Amino acid sequence: MKTIAILLLTGTSLLSHAGTPQQIGQAYAQEASSQIPGFSASAARGKDFFHRRFDVNAKMPGCTACHTDNPLAVGQHAVTGKAIRPLAVSANGERLSDPAKVEKWFGRNCKEVLGRACNAAEKADFVAYMSEAR
Amino acid sequence: MRKLLTILGLGFALPVLADNLPLPSGTPASYKSECGSCHLPYPPALLAADHWRRIMSQLGDHFGSDATLDARQLQEIRTFLENAAGRPERLGSAGDPPRISQTQRFIRKHREVPARFWSDPRVKSAANCEACHRGAATGNFGEHDIAIRELRR
Repeated sequence: MKTIAILLLTGTSLLSHAGTPQQIGQAYAQEASSQIPGFSASAARGKDFFHRRFDVNAKMPGCTACHTDNPLAVGQHAVTGKAIRPLAVSANGERLSDPAKVEKWFGRNCKEVLGRACNAAEKADFVAYMSEAR
Repeated sequence: MRKLLTILGLGFALPVLADNLPLPSGTPASYKSECGSCHLPYPPALLAADHWRRIMSQLGDHFGSDATLDARQLQEIRTFLENAAGRPERLGSAGDPPRISQTQRFIRKHREVPARFWSDPRVKSAANCEACHRGAATGNFGEHDIAIRELRR
């Protein structure tokens, strides 16, 4: 019984850290639907967001400044030049597998590129695009 | 004779050792994950403790980016960097904010690199060690293992 309890506890704690692109996308979509009734994530809107120029930061006018026009391609940091592995899950299986990491990079990059936090709808769309891009 | 050979051998071996800067064995995982995404997790010996202290006290504007950490990671990484920092007398001043590329050591080691190499799109920035030093991630900064053929000596 004790073993089962421990196993169950371990299982729950693992679940709270790991995630699939679907789970991560669903969490953002759920948050968005509480703000926008009837919200449903859209990879097409995510694609549009990815290619948009925000022009807040001269060195990083949009996502593509570092990640290139193609989310399946290797990118390059616009300032340091360091290589960045692809964003799309189909090209890089490590993407969208850790909710805390996803949230951390939305936090940093939205502030830097958009000059503000991204909202849950934008995040849900972006995750949908990166999950589906082939 | 044997002594002479040993001395000669050491003479050749030393520059190689000096350019081998792997991360110390006790490097916290947070250093690699938090300080190794946008740039190489730099060998802590490339700046002095005071330089690292100054960098870690202004992460909100880290060369134009917000690189703030939570309190636990900040403490862990700051302690690690200060303990593993380089000797100030070897490094000299590093500017404000401190930059590895402005230490006398870095400048001396790179004095033969022409300006056009730094602006090469494959290099982009002096922050991009790996563009030329392909073994940089494991600490190999030797001058004979340069990734870009025409920059090799």
